[in-house]
Amino acid sequence: MGITMREAYGRALASLGERDERVVVLDADVSKSTRSVVFLERFPERFFNVGIAEGNMMNIAGGLASCGKIPFVNTFSFLLTLRAGEQLRTGVAYPRLNVKVAGAYIGLSDSFDGATHQDVMDIAVTRAMPNMTVLSLSDHVMAARAVRAAAEFDGPVYLRLHRNETPDLSREEDPFTIGKAVLHRDGSDVTLIPTGIMVGKALEAADLLAKEGISAAVLEIHTIKPIDVEAIVKYADQTGALVTAEEHNILGGLGGAVAEVLGEHRPAVLERVGVADTFAESGAYDALLKKYGLTAEAIVAAARKALARRLTWRSRRRGAHEGRKRCI
Amino acid sequence: MSQKTDQELVRRLAERARRLRVSVLEMIYRAQSGHPGGSLSAAEILVTLYEHELRVDPKNPRWPDRDRFVLAKGHAAPALYVELAERGFFLKSELERFRQIDSILQGHPDMKKTPGVDMSTGSLGQGLSVGIGMALAARLDQKDYHVWALLGDGELDEGQVWEAAAYASFHKLTNITAIVDLNHVQLDGSTREVLAMDPVAEKWRAFGWRVIECDGHSVEELLGSYAAAKGEKSGPTVILARTVKGKGVSFMENNAAWHGAAPTEEQFQQAMVELKQSAAAEQTTKPGRDN
Ligand SMILES: Cc1ncc(C[n+]2csc(CCOP(=O)(O)OP(=O)(O)O)c2C)c(N)n1
Ligand SMILES: [Mg+2]
Repeated sequence: MGITMREAYGRALASLGERDERVVVLDADVSKSTRSVVFLERFPERFFNVGIAEGNMMNIAGGLASCGKIPFVNTFSFLLTLRAGEQLRTGVAYPRLNVKVAGAYIGLSDSFDGATHQDVMDIAVTRAMPNMTVLSLSDHVMAARAVRAAAEFDGPVYLRLHRNETPDLSREEDPFTIGKAVLHRDGSDVTLIPTGIMVGKALEAADLLAKEGISAAVLEIHTIKPIDVEAIVKYADQTGALVTAEEHNILGGLGGAVAEVLGEHRPAVLERVGVADTFAESGAYDALLKKYGLTAEAIVAAARKALARRLTWRSRRRGAHEGRKRCI
Repeated sequence: MSQKTDQELVRRLAERARRLRVSVLEMIYRAQSGHPGGSLSAAEILVTLYEHELRVDPKNPRWPDRDRFVLAKGHAAPALYVELAERGFFLKSELERFRQIDSILQGHPDMKKTPGVDMSTGSLGQGLSVGIGMALAARLDQKDYHVWALLGDGELDEGQVWEAAAYASFHKLTNITAIVDLNHVQLDGSTREVLAMDPVAEKWRAFGWRVIECDGHSVEELLGSYAAAKGEKSGPTVILARTVKGKGVSFMENNAAWHGAAPTEEQFQQAMVELKQSAAAEQTTKPGRDN
């Protein structure tokens, strides 16, 4: 723990600014919240606070990028992807401009402000935009790494950043490659596929499952797009039962992306842990995670369900085979 | 209204605003979360609207003929909730559950959860447009209710506010009044540091609105402004209410740091002392009180 993802993000931005003069930063009157203020303190001349005007900000970023700058655009994720979503689509993604979009306060992490400020659909929106790369980070170390990776990558990138303190999961020396899943632990019965803060919960779930004699692999997906098809297919083959876990609607997010991969490449049993297509509410963060089913226990229950379904699925398939034989 | 009742009314509402400030800070302190600055600056505006101006029926919150109120600057929800509770839309004890899980009082107004809330808000820049929709519906249904929308001055940065402003005057809507809580502070700092919309009165006039400027902490001036706004029959009116963000608590006043921060216990106690002192001062400086 120690620092939040957003704080690490702000610092990484500032050190990036030191190395690369092309880096410019924009915010829409929430720089203290997004922590882009850390960059402002170091490089006021390369920082643009546009006021409460997200659409304007997104297109200004596009203009800057068209002139060779590397803009990092900041505000709450729902405002970047929805209020300024059309500007993001037409003004950034379509011309494939080199703009980095840093969505702060993702998921339920702005818990007390309530459903207006929470965001359970940013993955769905950005994932559906052609030309977008979508990164969902799981701790402050990875957030800092992702800032550098995004800057080195030529093209629009969406970064998903959490508001609160989260457990440490990665080390400075761990590789971070856009598009590559991270295997946290191997397993043979079921594969847990988490993203963001659900990585920590999935690791806990794997421990709980081990106590029941169930061997669970934990495969983190930080790049939602382009998704690591190879790794998912490999683990579909290895376990045949998978559980996605995300701080996002179960529709259109990581669960949707993995379902698409399985449907196309390796039909397998899939359970999705996430927000069940509902708006949440105000409350303490942990209380919300519990109420909306974003816990290690929920992952364990989903894993059990996936395993049970795999059993009936396989026996039904066997039964179908035998039935066909009898009919002939 | 006689001169005397007038003065009594003004005094009573001013005292109500002071009490609202106490309640707002209690809520934010208890929740350790919320927006004190913009709730305190809007105290007199909300008290005068809900305790004098608005035609609403707490027993029938969805009464079709009621006046509508849209808190475009939704983060001032605590101030709205205090007034709704005061009018009896729900029990005052609900205020203690502000921002807690399963509460009817969300961080930002939620029309599905809170009786008396006419529109869910919290994302700035949308409220005036919603108000226009309500005003258009009144026209269609030939109803005489009036629509009020309270905006922040930082909120004026949003282009949508000006799309709404252009539309309302173009269509000569007279059954809607915008009030701007003109406290010159937004989230990251003062409007002069972030994005000043000055000269703001000229901007509204250029968009075809009649402008009334007043002291947003003066009950008398606010009541007069409401009456004048409703009397205007050629187009929409905006009331630019000059206020102080964090009004009533010395260390919160004009300080962007108190936009969205909860007080510590010590700060809370100090704020309570200051608000009590201001009540005492009120009583000694108003000689007409015992007349
Ligand atoms: C569209 C949108 N952008 C940003 C925010 C975050 N935010 C909440 S309040 C605020 C500042 C509002 O300032 P102002 O309108 O002046 O309100 P007041 O001073 O009355 O509190 C900001 C930027 C938001 N709620 N909605
Ligand atoms: Mg303001």
